[in-house]
Amino acid sequence: MIPLVDLAVIAAPVLGLLADVWEFFSRGPDGAVTFGWVLGRIIVVLIIVHVLLILSALMVWAERRVSAWMQDRLGPNRVGPEGLLQPLADLGKFMFKEDVIPGHTNKLMYTIAPLITVVPAMITFAVIPFTGTFEMNTAGEEAAVSWQAADLNIGVLYILAITGLGVYGITLGGWAGNSKYSLLGGVRASAQMISYELSLGLAVVPVVLICGSLNLGEIVAHQADSTWLVFSQPLAAFIFLVAIYAETNRLPFDMPEAETELVAGYHTEYSSMKFALFFMGEYVAMVTGSALLVTLFLGGWTFFGLEQLGWWMGLLIFSAKVLFFLFAFIWVRWTIPRFRYDQLMKLGWVVFLPLTLVNVVLTAGAIALDANWIYWVLPLLVIGSALGAAYIGWKQDEHKIKPLPDAPGVAGGGEEA
Amino acid sequence: MTVKVKLVNRRRSTFLDRLYFPAIFKGLGITFRRMFKKKVTMQFPEERWSVREQYRGMPVLVSDDEGRPKCVACSLCEYVCPPKAIYIVPQELEEGNKVERGPAVFDLNMLRCIYCGLCEEACPEEAIFMSQNYMVWGADRGDMIFHKEKLYELGGVRTEGVKKWKDK
Repeated sequence: MIPLVDLAVIAAPVLGLLADVWEFFSRGPDGAVTFGWVLGRIIVVLIIVHVLLILSALMVWAERRVSAWMQDRLGPNRVGPEGLLQPLADLGKFMFKEDVIPGHTNKLMYTIAPLITVVPAMITFAVIPFTGTFEMNTAGEEAAVSWQAADLNIGVLYILAITGLGVYGITLGGWAGNSKYSLLGGVRASAQMISYELSLGLAVVPVVLICGSLNLGEIVAHQADSTWLVFSQPLAAFIFLVAIYAETNRLPFDMPEAETELVAGYHTEYSSMKFALFFMGEYVAMVTGSALLVTLFLGGWTFFGLEQLGWWMGLLIFSAKVLFFLFAFIWVRWTIPRFRYDQLMKLGWVVFLPLTLVNVVLTAGAIALDANWIYWVLPLLVIGSALGAAYIGWKQDEHKIKPLPDAPGVAGGGEEA
Repeated sequence: MTVKVKLVNRRRSTFLDRLYFPAIFKGLGITFRRMFKKKVTMQFPEERWSVREQYRGMPVLVSDDEGRPKCVACSLCEYVCPPKAIYIVPQELEEGNKVERGPAVFDLNMLRCIYCGLCEEACPEEAIFMSQNYMVWGADRGDMIFHKEKLYELGGVRTEGVKKWKDK
């Protein structure tokens, strides 16, 4: 054991060196794109990709352990400490499995479908600000350097465009598999995507309206200044959460791969690393989805001023929030059973779409009023209208569903009845 | 003939039921609490089942409390064994030994053994017993044929029972 003091003595020069290195790899004070900046971005991208991959591998482990705990079992705990190296063993297994390409498939589509699933899930992460900006003093001038891989000013649009691409991989995979089960899975995925992408997009609209920016960094900054958007937009946050579950094909919306109905759904015909890519795509999409939710509605890397301790604190806060939602993915999976297909469609089109539309209109009206108190009334108003709509729906159904008549003819029903 | 119909009075779903939120959060609470409950999994090689006294595991040969092998190679177990899992070649033991006979070869094929316990019942010398060993394994078929030395090692010493050849 190294004493803590020694650790600090060692760490200080190392951190100083790292800061110097970072200075070289950062944007110049005039915002010019230098060689060091490009190199720095490449390094950031590499780090993000690897963190995503490792995190998705750990998610596989966590999924198995947590699901085991929830079922009074222990789960994989043999490979490495607490079974942490289990994903590595699984990877080895995938690598050495025979990579079967069935003869009845469309080879090109069959091969690129897994890639189309993984890549969008990963590149969405590029615009997510996972910690604050880096104040840097170069040549006597202050400059704020962002840790994002790409500080896009149309971040929200980029996300909506890219996350929608992921479903192409699944649909193509289902189509290329050329079997009934995988085709059904693929068709389900596309139909599910259409019914959820709308609500997903419309749930983000109030965020953009309130923050007045499509830049994710500015959305986080706005939330740090006022309050987290989950408090002023609870309905949008909830619908976004549910839509993310549908987007990543997780239970209760895992219709495309519904094991009990479709064997394995869209990846029925896949094996070896191609299957592993689909698998990885799902978990990376989970990480990205959680990060999006945290960024858009839960203040991103901020936590009521705690983030001012330094960029590392922002990273910690962001990781903690994302990890919580990753846990929630698993938690919900082992709690809520799968929806029936028509139930899912109904939830998407009849419940969420009108609710998000009403939410957008109410929020836009509130912003037009431009009063301070409106942000306290708005969530109440939105939730109240949602509950009201639910109540009306329940009342209408109540008229339709009559309790069974207790007439003697039915109760004692026989031949003469 | 009249068919009796039992009417089930279904409770009308209330407004809260239709919102689904109470049920969802209740379910989440249940799964969360489950995570910290005691687990039922047994960590097998480290933890093992303890079996009852009368458990019929793998048959083994035993020695008496003087360390003398009890088997006299009478071949009754070989004869009675339904799946013919036992193979015995008897031999005469050297002079000065109180027991005149013993097995030269005592092979027990555990791929054949059906754990019926007839060998234990047939043995007049109480030399073969159904042990409590339920972990019988081998890397190949040859490994699954247990020889005399291994059977005596697994059996160990038994002090109770007949001691026909005890030193007076």
